[in-house]
Amino acid sequence: MRAQAIQLAYLLAAVLFTLGLHALSSPRTAPRGNALAAVGMLVAVVATLLMQEVVSLALMLAGLALGSALGALLALRIQMTAMPQMVALLNGFGGGASALVASAELLDYAREGVLPEGIVSVAVVLGVLIGGITLTGSLVAYAKLQELMPGAPVAFRGTNALNLLLLGASVVLGVLVVMDPLELPVYAVLAGLSLLLGVLFVIPIGGADMPVVISLLNAYSGLAACATGFVLGNSGLVISGSLVGASGLILSKIMCDAMNRSLLNVLFGAVGSGSVAGAGAGPTASVKGYTPEDAAVIFGNSRSVIVVPGYGMAVAQAQHAVRELANALERQGIQVRFAIHPVAGRMPGHMNVLLAEADVPYERLVEMDEINPEFPETDVALVLGANDVVNPSARTEKGSPIYGMPILDVDKAKHVFVIKRSMSPGFAGVQNPLFFNDNTMMIFGDAKKTVLAIVEAIRELE
Amino acid sequence: MLADPSVALTILVLALFLGFEVISRVPPLLHTPLMSGSNAISGITLVGALVAAGSEHVTLSSWLGFAAVVLATINVVGGFLVTNRMLAMFKRKRAAGGERAGRGGDGAGS
Repeated sequence: MRAQAIQLAYLLAAVLFTLGLHALSSPRTAPRGNALAAVGMLVAVVATLLMQEVVSLALMLAGLALGSALGALLALRIQMTAMPQMVALLNGFGGGASALVASAELLDYAREGVLPEGIVSVAVVLGVLIGGITLTGSLVAYAKLQELMPGAPVAFRGTNALNLLLLGASVVLGVLVVMDPLELPVYAVLAGLSLLLGVLFVIPIGGADMPVVISLLNAYSGLAACATGFVLGNSGLVISGSLVGASGLILSKIMCDAMNRSLLNVLFGAVGSGSVAGAGAGPTASVKGYTPEDAAVIFGNSRSVIVVPGYGMAVAQAQHAVRELANALERQGIQVRFAIHPVAGRMPGHMNVLLAEADVPYERLVEMDEINPEFPETDVALVLGANDVVNPSARTEKGSPIYGMPILDVDKAKHVFVIKRSMSPGFAGVQNPLFFNDNTMMIFGDAKKTVLAIVEAIRELE
Repeated sequence: MLADPSVALTILVLALFLGFEVISRVPPLLHTPLMSGSNAISGITLVGALVAAGSEHVTLSSWLGFAAVVLATINVVGGFLVTNRMLAMFKRKRAAGGERAGRGGDGAGS
């Protein structure tokens, strides 16, 4: 009876999660969706506390209190520009928790000298393997995004061979654990290996590929939860874990498609490590620098403007300045829209969140396929801290590492302003022919300061 | 409890399909809140952590459980709160956008 009641509570939680995710299909219903999912979680936790035969309540409550305090602190203090790091960190914690749960269960079996069922052993192995990889992989992603370590790929000769070898070794160890689950030293080696694998998998992946990595780690954290569901024989965990797994997998695929690369290429290609033959590095075409005042004059004579934000906007915290510019332009009756490339920034939807924070109405944020036909009719395209996603050689140069990647066709606009700190190439290490086009005007400087200077210049012209 | 592994596998496969269906409808606009929100849901492993931490004797496994409770709770609480913070910004935007007369209409809900 009690077991049934608790299963029903988990089912209710799973239903609430599904409804919550469903409500995320529109910004209008999304806040309610998030609240529904949170209620689902509360139901699951309370049911567990009330109905499980739990003896040492103190330890659990202490853990809940400590975790809640830390989680709330993180969530309320984090800046919107740092959202990718935040998500990476939370992902890692979820994966780590799953690995710990799988381990604790196995220890319990060992202490009681009971042999777990085959499916439980398999789930324990998967739980610790996926969970461990998620934990350290996410921590490395966090360190890269937070710039605690270099964002560029850290790759050495034979990285992939070593990873493959270690992965093979962990599969062998996994099989050994399944055959003899109570042989704990083997299990401990497997756990250690999974932590090492997480580090080695993410270290060779460069900053601009982070959207894929974060999505994939998101999927892993769901699958790890799913595995612990099998360990505990808990269908609620299985359902919720697979919802999250599906979500992460879909996002990974969308991100890969947006770069025209396969998942394998992202994970093992180490793109951006500088090994790329310097395409177009030879010709020292001259680029003319323009001033914010020049920009103000051209903006003043335009009727439509498309802003193309990239990671540089996040780095410079320029989203509020951009909003001011949009306001100044709109006051003159100029149409302003924002073109959002799916992989702009460091995680899916990164630019949307930043612009939302700066009070840009989301109706103005337009997706790539929708906005691309509009560029030829647009007077000014303003590229702000984006590089590879506006590189026309993705359309033309077969040898380029970004060839075939769908891009925003800013070069087709009548005028293009590019605000950039220097002429350094983008993440992919490829020179951008856009900068040398006749209709392109470069303004060198910090994104935020430059945009504010343009706003100032526009006001003076008024 | 799941009596039969095949039942659990059935649930897994069906839930994956459900997930693909539901998540495919989320617009790119909301992909970041989707990630942080689904992330919080993956903290459901907290349930397992509570079971592990609450066993009869305080042993190594209950300390592992305790650590798991802390990590999973950070995941859950942090995830839902930060998602809420983000979604509140999108919500506020509708009102701000609506005031501007005659521009682009209200494209929400599509």
